[in-house]
Amino acid sequence: MMKSLSEKIARFGLVIALGVASATLVAGPASAAEGEAHAATPHYPIVKPPQEPWSFAGVFGRFDTAQLQRGYQIYKEVCASCHSMNLVSFRNLGQPGGPHFSEAQVKALAETFQVQDGPNDVGDMFERAARPSDRFPAPFPNPEAAAASNNGKAPPDLSLMGKARAVERGFPWFVLDIFTQYQEGGPDYIHGLLTGYKEPPEGVKIGTGLHYNVGFGSGSAIAMAPPLSDGQVTYTDGTPETVDQYSRDVSAFLMWTAEPHLDARKRIGFQVIIFLIVFAGLLYLAKRKIWANVAH
Amino acid sequence: MSGPSTYQPQNAFLKWFEARLPIGGLIHSSFVVFPNPRNLNYWWTFGGILAFMLVAQIITGVVLVMHYTPHTSLAFTSVEGIMRDVNYGWLLRYLHANGASMFFVAVYVHIFRGLYYGSYKAPREVLWILGMIIFLLMMATGFMGYVLPWGQMSFWGATVITNLFSAIPIVGETIVTWLWGGFAVDNPTLNRFFSLHYLLPFMIVGVVGLHIWALHIPGSNNPTGVSVKSSQDTLPFHPYFTVKDAFGLVVFLIVYMWFVFYLPNFMGHADNYTPANPLVTPAHIVPEWYFLPFYAILRSVPDKLGGVIAMFGAIAVLFVVPWLDTSKVRSANFRPLYRQFFWILVIVSIGLGYLGSRPAEGGYVIASRILTIYYFAHFLVILPLLGLFEKPKPLPASITESVLGKGAANVTVGAPAAPQTK
Repeated sequence: MMKSLSEKIARFGLVIALGVASATLVAGPASAAEGEAHAATPHYPIVKPPQEPWSFAGVFGRFDTAQLQRGYQIYKEVCASCHSMNLVSFRNLGQPGGPHFSEAQVKALAETFQVQDGPNDVGDMFERAARPSDRFPAPFPNPEAAAASNNGKAPPDLSLMGKARAVERGFPWFVLDIFTQYQEGGPDYIHGLLTGYKEPPEGVKIGTGLHYNVGFGSGSAIAMAPPLSDGQVTYTDGTPETVDQYSRDVSAFLMWTAEPHLDARKRIGFQVIIFLIVFAGLLYLAKRKIWANVAH
Repeated sequence: MSGPSTYQPQNAFLKWFEARLPIGGLIHSSFVVFPNPRNLNYWWTFGGILAFMLVAQIITGVVLVMHYTPHTSLAFTSVEGIMRDVNYGWLLRYLHANGASMFFVAVYVHIFRGLYYGSYKAPREVLWILGMIIFLLMMATGFMGYVLPWGQMSFWGATVITNLFSAIPIVGETIVTWLWGGFAVDNPTLNRFFSLHYLLPFMIVGVVGLHIWALHIPGSNNPTGVSVKSSQDTLPFHPYFTVKDAFGLVVFLIVYMWFVFYLPNFMGHADNYTPANPLVTPAHIVPEWYFLPFYAILRSVPDKLGGVIAMFGAIAVLFVVPWLDTSKVRSANFRPLYRQFFWILVIVSIGLGYLGSRPAEGGYVIASRILTIYYFAHFLVILPLLGLFEKPKPLPASITESVLGKGAANVTVGAPAAPQTK
């Protein structure tokens, strides 16, 4: 009798614990969503960026050299007038696994920029054409100047943009991402932002100097004016000259500036994983042989 | 590390050396002939995996330091210099950053394994407490390491966590100023975190030495929880467990490398690729994933001091688990109720981790409170009571009997005629 009573008590406790745990897990997110509906701040971006089929996604992903070259063209002709790219040097443009411009092309591309150098032998700073070893010069001398020329908000540096932005994945996607290797939240976000300029819906007031954007992660309106328009940049390889294509190309380019060794990483990674699988297989056979006559 | 050594060096130099410093005998008795229970399963390979991870973190860390600059104006760019210009610097950094995460994955498996099989019970209480000290040192090391790249999450994480100490009455503010080396998280803070981030791993090495020493006195626990009774119950460490641990380690490395090469930023936060800016607060400040359950407990208490006490209490309670568990039976395999409560605790801990990553609002707070109460109730109420109410299943007489079945206990270990059970 005593035994069954104590077991019953313990079983009862178990049932309560299970009930509470499951009720919590079910009620938690539901009531959280309720809380959000009443909260003043909705979730941004308004439209989650769609997942684009990037060439650099997945186990065998590699950057598309032609796309990176077009992306560089967009950066040079559009973005560079306001955005710095402090961590990137001109020489990087010639790296394998990147836009892979030839040495002569890199030299010529660098020379289209002026950088400050000095002091010279009489103590003066001077301007000269950039060399491949130079970093990309910033369009403004300091953040204050950048903010003053851009409606009070300094345009952020673009070097790491491909990794510095992400949209919340949420459950269960963040678990599935481990298996699908989804690491392209940054470029998806940039593409969503650049194609996210829309007419604001009825009744939505947009502050002066701001632009309604459904892809913006920190609000409904962004200080950056729509930077791209159809036909704005002339491609020489027959690629469609649309905002969507431009956005795609510059997003890929910014992923490369953020992760310049991605190609090498994925190539070496495949070799490492194959090696380890073979090694694990051999160790498993060795283990089987050693333990063969030992009960365990 | 237990008993007289049976090591007999043949080589003349080794004989000469052994007579003066018997380190060969120490290694021989600890890692060659050391008797391990023959029924250890793959959950026991995580100890070796953790030793590997500690060494891997130290080696990658020492090389990273050669290229890193601990200064607020240079730290972020020096890390990016490693990523871009140092040969295979991206590999070193991703190995180190993901290595920290995998280290915690392994340590959590190791701790829950200990909880499941009752590895903390007599005579292994000191072994368990040393493990908890290692866990605390790992947390301090991981936290300070995350500050070093000096990104937005580094800076704001450091600000939030160090500010917790301000909850201490009277001296709180003074302690925070002392921790910071100033009146805000700034260059002195970064410098001392860097110094401590380099120091603590070597302290971990020292405590790991004690941990292994304390392990080798009673020997490993095993899935039955029944103590080793005769030499039939054990097998020598080499080759049986060296090969089993090596296989477990390489499988673990496959997972680790999957993250390093294909998901290197999965465990990190995008905001940490934006340089630290004391004037811009990120929308949601979240610590690294391995702190999230404790972060959820911290935020579930409405009072700041109460939250800090609850958070540290959540770790402190683990130190006294050997005395909270009143059951005489070690392994959950023979404890039908504890086994179920164990898995509820696993789910609750993962649930707390998820809630720690959510904003502290609405239903998330309520859920965090319920799970926090359950977490403490598991250790303070369920664990002591279960030992009194639960009726354990009958235990096998010995490890050998559990492996071979009754009546087969006289089979010689490793004899060619031994029946194969697998």
